[in-house]
Amino acid sequence: MNIIRYIIQKEFRQIFRNKAMLPIIFIMPMIQLIILSNAATFEVKNIKFGYIDNDKTSFSRELVEKFNASTYFNVLSDYPTAKKAKSAMLNGEVDVVLEIPQHFSRDLIKEKKSDLSVTINAIDGAAAGVENVYVNQIVQQFNSKIRVGLMLLGTPEVQPQLIETIPLFWYNETLNYKTFMVPGILVLLVTMITLFLSGMNVVREKEIGTLEQINVTPIKKHQFIIGKLFPFLILGLVLLTVGLIIAKLIFDIPMVGSILLMYGYTIIYILVILGIGLFISNYTDTQQQAMFIAWFFMVIFILMSGLFTPIESMPEWAQILTEFNPIKYFVQVMRMVMLKGAGISDIYPQVLKTLLYAVAMNGLAVMSYKKFS
Amino acid sequence: MNKENAITVKDLTKTFGAFTAVNNISFEVGKGEVFGFLGANGAGKTTAMKMLIGILKPTSGIATVANFDVISHAEDVKKSIGYMSQRFSLYNDLTIKENITFFGGIYGLKKADIKVKTKELIEELGLHDEANKLVGALPLGWKQKVAFSVSLLHNPQIIFLDEPTGGVDPITRRQFWEMIYREAHRGKTIFVTTHYMDEAEYCDRVSIMVEGKIEALDTPKNLKTLYKVDTMNQVFLKLARNIE
Repeated sequence: MNIIRYIIQKEFRQIFRNKAMLPIIFIMPMIQLIILSNAATFEVKNIKFGYIDNDKTSFSRELVEKFNASTYFNVLSDYPTAKKAKSAMLNGEVDVVLEIPQHFSRDLIKEKKSDLSVTINAIDGAAAGVENVYVNQIVQQFNSKIRVGLMLLGTPEVQPQLIETIPLFWYNETLNYKTFMVPGILVLLVTMITLFLSGMNVVREKEIGTLEQINVTPIKKHQFIIGKLFPFLILGLVLLTVGLIIAKLIFDIPMVGSILLMYGYTIIYILVILGIGLFISNYTDTQQQAMFIAWFFMVIFILMSGLFTPIESMPEWAQILTEFNPIKYFVQVMRMVMLKGAGISDIYPQVLKTLLYAVAMNGLAVMSYKKFS
Repeated sequence: MNKENAITVKDLTKTFGAFTAVNNISFEVGKGEVFGFLGANGAGKTTAMKMLIGILKPTSGIATVANFDVISHAEDVKKSIGYMSQRFSLYNDLTIKENITFFGGIYGLKKADIKVKTKELIEELGLHDEANKLVGALPLGWKQKVAFSVSLLHNPQIIFLDEPTGGVDPITRRQFWEMIYREAHRGKTIFVTTHYMDEAEYCDRVSIMVEGKIEALDTPKNLKTLYKVDTMNQVFLKLARNIE
């Protein structure tokens, strides 16, 4: 036990002595948290909207006015021809083009129906889908208004059928994307810092030659690994604390659940990450190699974490792979505990899987550390 | 096995793929002896030493250090030996005192003992003013002296030194060898590799390794007589040249 204490003491001394590393460890992630949480949003806003009005009646102008009134659309221009609109879309000047046909109002009054053509730039498929929904909503609103108008004109066969859905948004009532993103980004930052620091730690001692000196001492492998893990665990928890304070003070993220549970889970989680880091460190010879491998895992973990894209929409094989993604569990737990107030029984599966993962990775880290080769 | 031997090596071999780094070497080092382990670069000295200190597994052969088998009892070997490598192996970003505390600590020394040892060591080396300076800021010769002293913290019976004086000025080298002799007089066994043939003259016995094999092993005096030359340098050149 005493031996472990000496390793921990030495690691802390080295961390705090390195004046270049401290800001990297603490200040950079906080800047990232503040910037990313504000920037990384899935909201589709300020859609560049253009139209071709072949009708030029009060009806068509009223429809365009509806788009103008919407906060989602920036009504940019009125294109004289479809060809002009097409080239504008090609140049990226416009994302959604609405073409109002000739005789739009005449057909509406006489035939009780008319077609509108909508062209959407679908390079970003997800955004295009959302844009389509917004366009439809506005057209529907316009439609029901027209119907009422036509009814008043004395056409009783047109019955307004108003079936409206009134959504209730639970756990994030105002649909604030920051509420959704901040816990997730905090998870990424804690993960990145602890993975990179632990991944480069042992290999750094290999590079400078001190590891050989340690290997010649009668130190036990688990003592060495625990001594190496502990300082980074504390660092990760400090980082989480600073991040949570920022989340509360700057972003006003609700913290419904138990803080204690959050920390308890984070400890297990960081152990997983540190185990992975030390495992990488044991198998590489230079810090550069370790960094590349750490990045390899980091990118996969981030993109398959469900933070940016829902796991439910991934192909089945990818969903199976995400079972091995610790970030997935951490994101789930943070969101569940922070936003829903989930208790230990709710996050039981995540806790169990993370715990198993921690045991496996640290077992591997101890095993792969070879004093004797 | 001779109880009086600090190190016994029998048919020790290490191969890396098709390359044989250490080829069937056998020798014994007596207790309290200063044993010089010489050889050209790439002759296999460091590989042989790594097997003796329990960080590299031999391909075949037997070696016992402090009466412990280096394969089956590597961790017991480590308790009985001190090691200082050619690659400077203290932490540059820790002070002298902090390095002593750390290495004392991982050898399992008690807190009070570390305190006493730190005081002794700093006094012996005359480093009062530097004790709280970062090791990285010290001149190389001083670093090596500190590293040597640190390798003695746990009072090992046998000390392995891998080119301890590489790149060090002649005065410091001299002082370094005085330190080595002091430890030998205290009954410690010294196993040292070096490229400096004048240092070889200081050893009780030397072995000369050429291409993985021990080509000569005796006292410097006997070796000089055997090869009919005046200095160890000439002995070394003669052996190395024979191979070419």
